[in-house]
Amino acid sequence: MSNNTQQCSVCRLRDLIPGSGIAVWTPAGPVAIFYLPEQTPSMYGISHHDPFSGANVLARGITGDLKGHLVVASPIYKQHFDLRTGVCLEDENVRIPTYQVHVDGGDVLVDVPAEEDEAATA
Amino acid sequence: MSKKNLIVVGNGMVGHHFLEQFVVSDVATEYRILVFGEEKQLAYDRVHLSEYFAGSTHADLAMGTADWYASNGIDLHLNEQVTAIDRVRKIVTTPRGDYSYDELVLATGSYPFVPPIDGRDRNHCFVYRTLKDLDAIRASAQGGKTGVVVGGGLLGLEAANALKSLGLEAHVVEFAPRLMPVQLDAEGGALLRQKIEDLGVSVHTEKATTAIVEGEAARLRMTFSDDTHLETDLIVFSAGIRPQDTLARASGLEVGERGGIVVNNQCTTSDPHIHAIGECALWNQRIFGLVAPGYTMARTLAAALNKDSSAAFTGADMSTKLKLLGVDVGSIGDAHGQTPGARNIRFNDEQAGYYRRMVVSNDGKKLLGAILVGDNSKYDTLLQYALNGIDLPANPESLILPDSEGGAPALGPDALPEGATICSCHNVSKGDICSAIDAGCSDLGSVKGETRASTGCGGCTALLKTVVDSELAKRGVSVSKDLCEHFPYTRQELFHLVRVNGIRTFGTLISQHGKGHGCDICKPAVASILASCWNEHILATDHVPLQDTNDTFMANMQKNGTYSIVPRVPGGEITPDKLIALGEVAKEYDLYTKITGGQRVDLFGATLSELPEIWEKLIAAGFETGHAYGKALRTVKSCVGSTWCRYGVQDSVGMAIELENRYKGLRAPHKVKMAVSGCTRECAEAQSKDFGVIATDKGWNLYICGNGGMRPRHADLFATDLSDEELIRTIDRVVMFYVRTADRLQRTSVWMENLEGGIDYLKQVVLKDSLGICTELDQHMADIVSTYQCEWKTAVENPEQRKRFREFVNATEQKDPVQQWTEERGQRRPLADPA
Repeated sequence: MSNNTQQCSVCRLRDLIPGSGIAVWTPAGPVAIFYLPEQTPSMYGISHHDPFSGANVLARGITGDLKGHLVVASPIYKQHFDLRTGVCLEDENVRIPTYQVHVDGGDVLVDVPAEEDEAATA
Repeated sequence: MSKKNLIVVGNGMVGHHFLEQFVVSDVATEYRILVFGEEKQLAYDRVHLSEYFAGSTHADLAMGTADWYASNGIDLHLNEQVTAIDRVRKIVTTPRGDYSYDELVLATGSYPFVPPIDGRDRNHCFVYRTLKDLDAIRASAQGGKTGVVVGGGLLGLEAANALKSLGLEAHVVEFAPRLMPVQLDAEGGALLRQKIEDLGVSVHTEKATTAIVEGEAARLRMTFSDDTHLETDLIVFSAGIRPQDTLARASGLEVGERGGIVVNNQCTTSDPHIHAIGECALWNQRIFGLVAPGYTMARTLAAALNKDSSAAFTGADMSTKLKLLGVDVGSIGDAHGQTPGARNIRFNDEQAGYYRRMVVSNDGKKLLGAILVGDNSKYDTLLQYALNGIDLPANPESLILPDSEGGAPALGPDALPEGATICSCHNVSKGDICSAIDAGCSDLGSVKGETRASTGCGGCTALLKTVVDSELAKRGVSVSKDLCEHFPYTRQELFHLVRVNGIRTFGTLISQHGKGHGCDICKPAVASILASCWNEHILATDHVPLQDTNDTFMANMQKNGTYSIVPRVPGGEITPDKLIALGEVAKEYDLYTKITGGQRVDLFGATLSELPEIWEKLIAAGFETGHAYGKALRTVKSCVGSTWCRYGVQDSVGMAIELENRYKGLRAPHKVKMAVSGCTRECAEAQSKDFGVIATDKGWNLYICGNGGMRPRHADLFATDLSDEELIRTIDRVVMFYVRTADRLQRTSVWMENLEGGIDYLKQVVLKDSLGICTELDQHMADIVSTYQCEWKTAVENPEQRKRFREFVNATEQKDPVQQWTEERGQRRPLADPA
């Protein structure tokens, strides 16, 4: 993941909502960024695309922890995705892309593949 | 082998029950089954006949459906009376033809006894047995003011209730010195009389009617043997029943001296191929005028025809527990103490208004019978002692003393023997319940499904629950009621923690009473509790991460990630201008538009970023949020009511609007739907709602805990003839009690089914304030009502909150590429499989 990545500035820290997610547009497609101030690290990036419904909605899910996994629940059919690995708790064969998120000053940055990678929304 | 013919004459409750039992037996395949019913309708529940006037229809009261008969291969002939039996040729005759039988079952029931009084055949004189009778009574009641029931027994009082619900001033005329002479003694009868008179029904005892003549001030005049008279507009005879044995008599079957078809223990008559069950059958010189013994006969006969040599009817318990005109009456076993040497213990509380009598054996060890008036809370326990011959405690009076005076607690389920009957409608014993649990049933619902216990009259619900709970506990099945892995509490317990400790955020609650970070189960549940308690805006910063997406964005997410919008249209009343405004907004944003079942308009296909703009326009046109996204009041549906309708008796639209505006925004454990109908025709379908209101001549009847959808449930009648203020106060309290005590995502229907003590308990809490919490419930509701805000109005006026409706925070012009559209029937819809 570290080769061929590019860092994009996507928004400001104040755009984030503690305990919740927002969606941003990147060259790799839509990414969901979650800001969980009580966690270390406090930022998580996963694909915004819900593979079960086919809709771009994961940033609008509820976050939490289940059996030791930090998760978001899809707002459509309620599957849980591990925010660290992208693995679906209900179906381990399903794994969505994850992205590194950093904060630089007040800017929020996401590492995405350098070349446009359609797999991100497959 | 060709099939034999089984003919059943009579399609009442017992005949139907027999068929239910017979079709599942092994020999059923050997028979072709024909059923003849004299009435036009399929078998219906006569026990609850008076509900017909409270709005129930034949479909509500029906025991089965035409489909059920068809799918079981039963050849059903309704409206076709059997007129003769030829026992030699084994043929029955109807006006339409002859039918041969191999086995014949007579389930012809009974007919009402009308005393031989001069003038009894006049117009406006009725009996009370069939839906046809009820239709005639209803027609006669139009334009009448008073109604008299002749007969103060169980059915007579039911009939008086029916007359009262038709808006008549009701009188009961009884020949005996007291009401319900068969079941009650003098003290019990006197108390019942007092209570019934308090409800506005006049009672005349020791009156022998001598003639019915034309009235002066009313349609009819009844003259009595003591030279007094009573004027009335209609008369209902309910002076007992007589077995319908005409066919049997004419065909030479043995009948009793005072009527009834003589049967043996297998319910077979003097002809080995003819059987009789129910109220037409005479067993051991006795006629059984209750449904439970009839069912027992039906089961016995089905088993006997299935060659079960042990099948035998050995008599039946005639104990009864009823609510007559809202008054509890119970009578168990030897209520009059006729057993030699029997002794009595009586407790009569004139202050509280109840009477209890126990009849105990000479040695004081067994309960032989009992009478209860005014309060049936001790009935189940007493019945178990009597039916199962359980030894009484050393101080038997403790069973009927008030709890504060050392009264004994209810008989624990462990004290019941295996053979104890829990459900007498379906003859389910404690042993049957244990077997069902051993076979894998692990909750109340599955035990009910497996054994059918508590699916008849429902009187044993509370007892069944305690038995099931206790047996599950014995087997080490602990049913976890924890909300989720983060909170070891039920929703109700969390509600108390929040309220008592004044907790206002999820963070405080989980750090003090839970563990971890929460999840998509507990966060919305706690958000709902916080909203119910403190009514803060759901998008206040602390609450945002707790909400389901529908609540977060105050719209309903659809399958492609867009939202639908449902503005509030209180009571379904809308001006043309507002309707045009809705249309204009829908057109501007190309929203797919559909009318909902709740009498409003749903606009589909708005993107996240469009929501605030659309709402700005809707608010400017005078709309408010409809809370279609929330676990909250949805709509109050209404029919047009007395302002337009020829039949309406109250302004149902006005009441619906008042209710909708009162409860809008209130957060509840699940969604809440209401409806108001302007007359008993019930065009608003109120009885399928959580709260249903039906207009009466005198005010409103309130039905609660109904449901449509996946698990339909007919709402229960909770209170009658309420004024506007009484109606609102009653709904306030039930809503608030539901909000406080229900489980997460539990609709009122399921809440009611799980509420210990059921509707009677809820009536005590809400109407009698038995928990002493009504003032608090009223205050809580007043707080909620006074802090209402339109969430969308607040949100569009707040720039910070509006920012949250950006689809992609860094690219406001970017369209979501997966949202693709096609057109169907002139409107836009999502493309099924976007490229």
